[in-house]
Amino acid sequence: MSGPVRLETRGLDALYGDFAAVKDVSLRFPANRVHALIGPSGCGKSTFLRTLNRMHETVPGAWIKGQVLLDGEDVYARGVSPIQLRRRVGMVFQKPTPFPFMSIADNVAAGLRIDRSLDKSRIAEIVERSLRRAALWDEVKDRLGASAMGLSGGQQQRLCLARSIAPEPEVILLDEPTASLDPQGTQRIEELVFELKEEFTIVIVTHNMQQAARVSDTTTFFYLGAMVEHGETKQIFTAPREERTEAYITGRFG
Amino acid sequence: MGNPSTPPDLRSDASSGSLVGSARGDALFKWLLIAAACTIPALLLALLYELSSGAWPALSKFGLEFIVSGTWDPVAGIFGAWPAIFGTLLTSLLALAMAVPLSLGVAIYLTEFAPVAIRRPVATVIELLAAIPSVVYGLWGIFVLIPFLTTSIFPWLEANLGFLPIFRGPIYGPSVLAASLILTVMIVPFIMSVSREVLLAVPSGQREAALALGATRWEAVSTAIVPYAKSGIIGAVILGLGRALGETMAVTMLIGNRHEVAASLFAPGYSMAAVIANEFADAAGGPIHESALIYMALLLFAVTVVVNAAARLLIWRVSKGRGGR
Amino acid sequence: MISRRALRRGKSRVMVGLMGVAVLVAILPLFLILASLVIEGASSLSISFFVNRPAPVGETGGGVAHAILGTLMIVGVASAVGIPLGVAAGIYCSEYRGTRLAWVTRFVADVLNGTPSIVVGLLAWTWVVATQKHFSALAGSIALAFLMVPMVMRTTEELVRLVPDSLREAALALGYPRWRTTLVVVLRTALPGIVTGSLLAVARVAGETAPLLFTALGSEYFSFDMDRPMAALPLVVYKYATGPYPEWHKLAWTASLVLILVVLVLNVAARLATRQRFDRA
Repeated sequence: MSGPVRLETRGLDALYGDFAAVKDVSLRFPANRVHALIGPSGCGKSTFLRTLNRMHETVPGAWIKGQVLLDGEDVYARGVSPIQLRRRVGMVFQKPTPFPFMSIADNVAAGLRIDRSLDKSRIAEIVERSLRRAALWDEVKDRLGASAMGLSGGQQQRLCLARSIAPEPEVILLDEPTASLDPQGTQRIEELVFELKEEFTIVIVTHNMQQAARVSDTTTFFYLGAMVEHGETKQIFTAPREERTEAYITGRFG
Repeated sequence: MGNPSTPPDLRSDASSGSLVGSARGDALFKWLLIAAACTIPALLLALLYELSSGAWPALSKFGLEFIVSGTWDPVAGIFGAWPAIFGTLLTSLLALAMAVPLSLGVAIYLTEFAPVAIRRPVATVIELLAAIPSVVYGLWGIFVLIPFLTTSIFPWLEANLGFLPIFRGPIYGPSVLAASLILTVMIVPFIMSVSREVLLAVPSGQREAALALGATRWEAVSTAIVPYAKSGIIGAVILGLGRALGETMAVTMLIGNRHEVAASLFAPGYSMAAVIANEFADAAGGPIHESALIYMALLLFAVTVVVNAAARLLIWRVSKGRGGR
Repeated sequence: MISRRALRRGKSRVMVGLMGVAVLVAILPLFLILASLVIEGASSLSISFFVNRPAPVGETGGGVAHAILGTLMIVGVASAVGIPLGVAAGIYCSEYRGTRLAWVTRFVADVLNGTPSIVVGLLAWTWVVATQKHFSALAGSIALAFLMVPMVMRTTEELVRLVPDSLREAALALGYPRWRTTLVVVLRTALPGIVTGSLLAVARVAGETAPLLFTALGSEYFSFDMDRPMAALPLVVYKYATGPYPEWHKLAWTASLVLILVVLVLNVAARLATRQRFDRA
């Protein structure tokens, strides 16, 4: 039931200076599915995620070896602009990051205003649709002009989700999106992730194994910078092939 | 699974666009910022170069003799900066001697002992003293401070401490002592606010450890906190010295402007900055007079650069633990 | 016989008491100076003071409008040059903080901030007055701009550095180019603080006298010509305070009162703006 391969890595190493945080990872992410990356802290899963939209290289001294392909096109090829790439691969971070000086509506529209000349009514339309898709519209429709800082943590995170889907990327990267939320906020985000895969390919980093089991179609287990096991989520959680995977998911370490 | 259910119009202009693009905007922006940042070191080099070349005629004519000679005669074309250098050093050191205990007392009191509610307001009020323009200090010095000094303080000093040569001699009003006093008032806020910042950076564990050992509050301060912040406080004091050395208008208006070295603090004197301020706009002695004044400025500049660089290095070393300045 | 412990405690109390006295002594001058300014200067404050030129010696009345205009123009031009340059340099030093240039620039800025303003004035004199062979307001503006750049740079740098990295990342991840991230997100977030820093720098140079002595020189007349000598409030205070006539002294007090009101208002406004910023954060 999987679609075409949306995102693929081939022999990918992610390094900080001499230190390889991710070693030789080759993975395929088919379209319109949720892919979870799990593993203990420092296993390289977040670093791996950040190579997919070239955020990794914004850290001084960071670089990669190997390839990342988006729809078969090498995103690290000469001439490729990370700016263009990031418009097609959106990202939501661990902590909500609304722009503090912008209103709720302006936050959602932030990615639309980059260089396109969409008129106001079109932007308002997209803002509304994005907020609806992030299940935030009903809560904020009466105060679109208010500061985003007045929202709760969970609402802010859904706002960031709305902001990242507004420019219609193909892929959404979620870097532990519920780490700073309460259980209720977490549940809303998880429901959204499940719905949004209709339209987007989603890669989610989480250290919460129940979350991975609940929302994802495939799961990849990282340990010490290497990919240990990759497979259908059901299989990983019920019949892991690797001993280390089993040890991690049964809570023996991590 | 089928195609995404997004309207095609959006997909077409947002997503499946090419990945190719240039980073020319970023490169241009970065170079603009670099150019702006470079203006600051360039300014320092320009100062050094222009002052050196402007000072060259005087430098080659008088050499280092300029520093030790006491004759300043624009008509004869003979220039010696010693009285001004002496006056600068004397007023600055006197001011430092009075300002250091005062400002350290304030800084320590405000970080350790004062009621929390008044700490910030009091510090702000004292820092406002640093915002008063120098020329206003000069004005106040001429019409309020000097009359007060000549009618009460100076006669009292002469009567009670007159056995010291520094408190003897005719009282003019404008004098080395008056200039030193106004300098004191002007540098207290600088030393106070920098040393306060340094003291605030001392980890509270230092204080608690000393108090836990049974130290009184003063002992905790003098044995645990001040030694910890020592190099930063020295930096603050040196910074204050730098300010005092270069302070121009207030000193010009109060020091009496006479190219003389006198034993008495009641006597008029001169400072390097004051000489430049008074004589540069119409240097009566022609090009060599002008050059001598630039030579004086070069000396002043060199001293303040060394003093400030030393102060900054000391302060950075202490504040580094606090987020690296 | 007094115990050791009581002696030590007594000493502690005496020292703390002395420090309390130091606070009073340190605050005293501010109030004395403000009181003198109000007592001596307020009585001459009148409309005439703000619209007229000085009256000839011997006549009463007259004002310093020419100097107020001059200060506005000289400081305005200096700010137009010095603030953008200082802000750009400050952005560089915080956004590229690890670079050698950033370290050098930061260090030199601190050194320049401690350099006597009269020395900086000499540089403007060399470049403008000496080459043009006449004094000009523009030379004064250049001197003040030189003073502003390192001041504005340091405050901008410190405040831009407070902008959390997560906001930079969020903007980059949305596909903002780096320049846009910096201008739209980083600078916008730090803007209140940068305004504060710029106001403080303006307040500081508005009161500068020494670098104007042999650049703008001063003048008795209204002038809009940046290429000619121009009056400025601090120059007026200096000239009238050191002059022989009682009417001049009166004018000096009043001009000082105006100058200090401007400077203190700018300072207090700047401080309030920053305080609000930090309370919200």
